[in-house]
Amino acid sequence: MTTSTSEAPVHLPAPPAPPVRLAAEDLRLAYDDRVVVDGLDLALTDGSFTAIVGPNGCGKSTLLRALGRLLRPAAGRVLLDGRSIARTPTRDVARVLGLLPQTPVAPAGLTVADLVARGRHPHQSWLRQWSREDEAVVAEALTWTDMADLGDRPVDELSGGQRQRAWISMALAQETDLILLDEPTTYLDLSHQIDVLELVARLHTERGRTVVVVLHDLNLAARYAQRLVAMRDGALVASGTPHEVLTEQLLADVFDLEARVVPDPVAGTPMVVPVRRLHR
Amino acid sequence: MTATVDTLRGTTPPEPGGRPAGRAVTVRVGRVSARFRWRSVVVPVVALVVVVLLAAVSLGRGDYPLGVADVLRTLAGAGEVSQRFVVLELRAPRTLVGVLVGLAFGLAGALFQTFARNPLASPDVLGITQGASVGAVAAIVLSGGSAGALLGGLGVPLAALLGALVAGALLFALAWRAGLDGFRLVLVGIALWTSGNALTDYLLTRAQIYDAAAAYVWITGSLNARTWDQAAQLGISLLVLVPLALAAGRVLGVLQFGDDTARGLGVRLASAQAAVVVVAVLLVAAAVAAAGPIAFVALIVPQIAVRLTGGWRPPLLASGLLGAALVTVADLLTRTVLPEALPVGILTAAIGAPYLLWLLVRGRRTTA
Repeated sequence: MTTSTSEAPVHLPAPPAPPVRLAAEDLRLAYDDRVVVDGLDLALTDGSFTAIVGPNGCGKSTLLRALGRLLRPAAGRVLLDGRSIARTPTRDVARVLGLLPQTPVAPAGLTVADLVARGRHPHQSWLRQWSREDEAVVAEALTWTDMADLGDRPVDELSGGQRQRAWISMALAQETDLILLDEPTTYLDLSHQIDVLELVARLHTERGRTVVVVLHDLNLAARYAQRLVAMRDGALVASGTPHEVLTEQLLADVFDLEARVVPDPVAGTPMVVPVRRLHR
Repeated sequence: MTATVDTLRGTTPPEPGGRPAGRAVTVRVGRVSARFRWRSVVVPVVALVVVVLLAAVSLGRGDYPLGVADVLRTLAGAGEVSQRFVVLELRAPRTLVGVLVGLAFGLAGALFQTFARNPLASPDVLGITQGASVGAVAAIVLSGGSAGALLGGLGVPLAALLGALVAGALLFALAWRAGLDGFRLVLVGIALWTSGNALTDYLLTRAQIYDAAAAYVWITGSLNARTWDQAAQLGISLLVLVPLALAAGRVLGVLQFGDDTARGLGVRLASAQAAVVVVAVLLVAAAVAAAGPIAFVALIVPQIAVRLTGGWRPPLLASGLLGAALVTVADLLTRTVLPEALPVGILTAAIGAPYLLWLLVRGRRTTA
């Protein structure tokens, strides 16, 4: 450490590493006999914002489903706060970990306020169906996501961007420390993609949520996430900050893409400029 | 997380626009709390009043007519001996069975439709009632033969119950694939429905003419000549099943969402679905054993109920009570307005069949 005087202050002790909230250990995931993910290890620390990226069919959504206890691992295990998630009761998991599926389905005619109220389900019981706390949390979630004025509107009449806000509002009302989102920007135009990702980023910065998101758009992933996890063929290829992960070599290895990586002129994060597809 | 809530407590109530479900009524007593939509309370109450009045009218009709006031007085314990005999001994079992059967079908329909997320999913379409018909017809038709001696010994109601349970078990076994998918359930159910009909038809072709006539009345669903025993058996079954069905209401609200969302909200999906289907099948089995498969009540009523209450899923209590009202009014009509004493199931089928067509036509339009 004596040589690093010009850099960080030397005598400050390193801050304690935040605890790992969600981890995968030697994970193998399969649908019937088809193995999608094999031998994967991953650790997600408290307060982190991670984006999982990779080409179509690389197993990133499958991994997210396993992290959210929607898919039982064929081998290995997922640990939530150090405890096997498969052995934790569903309800206990739902109080710590919330998830937003790729294209969530709301029953026809359901209003936004009713949808967000549904987020309270893991905190309710047959006798305690609508406490003051439930009411306050739901109202606040609607306001925070700027959906308060649309509370009485049916979810199926909303635009794609509004609908995604409503579902994020529900995830917020669930009051979980961790939130997993599977491609929340699918089918949205660019400005609404930005809108939704800004909201997700605020979940992280303002509400202190630990966020894991599966994303297709590398430039947006690099801009919003602190950490990228790149997957290919069911294996984890690279993991680290956007600068560490989004290299020209990695784009060739993972996406078969020849590309230049330049600094994003707005955010300074790495930005991918594709050249052509590499054929192997 | 609790800190967020504590800071918020002072700022409630939220601004009017953000008020979740403003037309809802919230009830809180100590740690017990619930929230109702205003109409979901009014509709069952009105339906209950309608059922009582219809039943009173129904009890007064027949060869020895009585006014509603006389009927109500007799039910309250007063009235002449002859009135008591006519109302309590002759007519009450029939009316009571009608009310209870309607209640069971309405509830079962609401349970099936909600969890399958499909207005087509009713015990009629899913083959449960056809299973009961196969059992009953087999008991009637085969009772002479050696193979049917056992079935005949069971009696028609028990054979029907057995048939419904077998159909329910088959539905479950064939549709289950690491969970129940609503669409798959409906497809398997329709296959069971047609198989059940084919089997019933086969049995009828082999029957003696008198047996065939008796079987035919049974499979259309009839309330004729019900006894206190039948009413009591059904009543006791419902005393157990109705609270179970209503207890499932909270989890049903979440099962309406996709599987992933429901599990993300802490629902143990497989066991919740299994519990709902088992309760619904038992409700149908009990009702069919008492009165035969009164057609389409379970299909129509939950959809009427959801439109009346203005919610987003078939309400359980309202569906049950509206089912009771529908069967009672259909029974009243078959005994009064229509020329001959038709089985009640003919009338509900006459209402239900066009409705089913409308549902299919409309469904295709919305998906196209």
